[in-house]
Amino acid sequence: MAQVQRIAIMGDEAVALAVKQAKVDLVAAYPITPQTIIVERLSEYVADGELDAAFIQAESEHSALSICVGAALAGARVFTSTCSQGLALMHEIVYAASSMRIPMVMTIVNRSLNAPLNIHCEHGDVMPERDSGWVHLFAANVQEAYDLTFIAFKLSEREDVMLPVSVNLDAFILSHSIESLIPISDEDAARFLPPREYKLALDFDNPITHGTMALPDTYMEFKMQLKEAVERAKSVYPEIVEEYARISGRKYWYFNSYMADDADAVVMVLGSTYGTLKTAARELREKGLKVGVIGLTMFRPFPEEQLVDALKGVRAVVVMDRAYGYGGLGGQLYTDVVGALYRNGIRIPAKNVVFGLGGRDFKLDEAEAILKMAAKGARDGGFDTHVQWWGVRA
Amino acid sequence: MGLIEVRWHGRGGQGVVTGSNLLARAAIQEGKYAQHFPEFGPERAGAPVRSYTRISEDPIEIHCGIYEPDVVVIIDPVMSRYTKDYCYGLKPGGDIVLNYIPSGDDEVVRWTRNNGYKLHAVDARKISIEEINREIYNVPMLAALLRVKGFCKMSTLEEVLAQRFKDKVLEMNLRISRRAYEEVKTIVG
Amino acid sequence: MSARKLVDDVLKGRFTYKTLPIAAAIPNPPTSLENKTGMWRVQEPVIDQSKCIKCLLCWTYCPDASIKRRDDDGVEVDYDYCKGCGICMTVCPVKAISMREV
Repeated sequence: MAQVQRIAIMGDEAVALAVKQAKVDLVAAYPITPQTIIVERLSEYVADGELDAAFIQAESEHSALSICVGAALAGARVFTSTCSQGLALMHEIVYAASSMRIPMVMTIVNRSLNAPLNIHCEHGDVMPERDSGWVHLFAANVQEAYDLTFIAFKLSEREDVMLPVSVNLDAFILSHSIESLIPISDEDAARFLPPREYKLALDFDNPITHGTMALPDTYMEFKMQLKEAVERAKSVYPEIVEEYARISGRKYWYFNSYMADDADAVVMVLGSTYGTLKTAARELREKGLKVGVIGLTMFRPFPEEQLVDALKGVRAVVVMDRAYGYGGLGGQLYTDVVGALYRNGIRIPAKNVVFGLGGRDFKLDEAEAILKMAAKGARDGGFDTHVQWWGVRA
Repeated sequence: MGLIEVRWHGRGGQGVVTGSNLLARAAIQEGKYAQHFPEFGPERAGAPVRSYTRISEDPIEIHCGIYEPDVVVIIDPVMSRYTKDYCYGLKPGGDIVLNYIPSGDDEVVRWTRNNGYKLHAVDARKISIEEINREIYNVPMLAALLRVKGFCKMSTLEEVLAQRFKDKVLEMNLRISRRAYEEVKTIVG
Repeated sequence: MSARKLVDDVLKGRFTYKTLPIAAAIPNPPTSLENKTGMWRVQEPVIDQSKCIKCLLCWTYCPDASIKRRDDDGVEVDYDYCKGCGICMTVCPVKAISMREV
């Protein structure tokens, strides 16, 4: 690699920069904290002539996503961004976008849902969209938020995928933090993402009907198409991250993994907490505790085989969720992991830690405590409880 | 230099967040790794606010708040006089940078010495009023911090300021920050 | 695939999820041309051209676009698609349209 220049950039700004370099044709959005900076920067890029795109501030998030669907059907490369209540308002169109097989990228700056009113980090906003047929990627830091935006467009527009992709980044912790970033050049970005081609684009001369009705005789078949497309997103993902690695030098995978290979116990998580756990695990490894950390980059489609493979030889897992499935068996990542372990015949103790709701900070010493808890679970061959709400005053 | 953690105190509207932001930008400009993050809540001018900076020679992967900073910078001149209230969690041997110059027999000097902290002071308020007839504290306090701790070169800060501001605003910030850089004193070393 | 074949295949159950168009986007519209709905009606409108004043209300109101408008603004029924709802008869101000049993 040539000499690389690192720049200082805020998470939201890094996303906007990637979207600009991806040369989108249209941005439609409605501002909501803490996503606002993304669309502010994009509107500035458009106003300053740095990005040749239509910028539409819609009257609501529901409309913003609807505009994106329409523009994408016309063949445009489109982008939107939201979080929390805004994503909840989009919900109806979220399902339409995936089922109509609309390539687009949406950045979700994960923020809690009301009530009580709270603007801080939580993954509870994306979880209602978990099963929508979108591909959901999670960034662990600002660099990943930037890189995954390119990867998301590429994955989204592949003819054998054609699905909307979300890139999730933690509210404030990443969106409003300045970190260092190594950008890719505009030329590399253009090579990685050539102008979008779309065979089914709306065209007055060759009309196509989108958004049709399907009755019980065909509906399940269309949903089966969606199921297979989402699964194909998983199988073609390695090709895309490989191509991105060639231009950036940064190799992505279904998950980040720190010393999980020979670990007795592994802690799993989504989002920026991966780095905190990794920092704590490094210190514990120096003290001889065989712990590892896995932070998922791809959450949907769920990388079941790859995770099961990574957990071979591991004797206990703690799965951390920054969201909760009320009345269910635990957090969403936990239930996925437990299901994957069970149906692959891996009978190891698994515990769920629910943490950081509404932006409650998760500190380094807490990360250490959870890694030790995982190690103890491996030693004891079990945990005292299935689900623990971490740090709740009781 | 290992991992350095800085906590900034001030009031809404004084540029507490910008001070921390500029420090991170300057560090990254010099090829170091840095992280800046504000503490967010309701935005109210005059309310006490905090902001945080991490600087390191190595990549920073941790994503959580700073509870035991190496340095506390208090950019508000009134809050600076309540030093003890804002130094919670400060690491033993840590540095405090104030926006007022305590006299030798002030209680804060005794307290700092007894706790094994280092105390640095600059009258950024006076400098700002004298030079530009306005009260801008954040950039001169950052310049003072760079002088006493050497996290980055002053010339790097000037480059970063030039990327952020222009014309008259840049010129004003350069003038007051250069003077603060010269005038900052170490009271307890 | 022709529109005719797509309609036939779906109506006769000769399809799998792999042979249906992606996302139910119909690449060869209008398939409705191949799906004549005129056979659904039990009554049909008849226009008494001697009474017609060419006001085009029936043309405006027909929910199935089955009133054809001629160059001279006269109207006739498109029996391939008319479902016999009778709205045209109801809106006609001069009672030029009546319904008859099929």
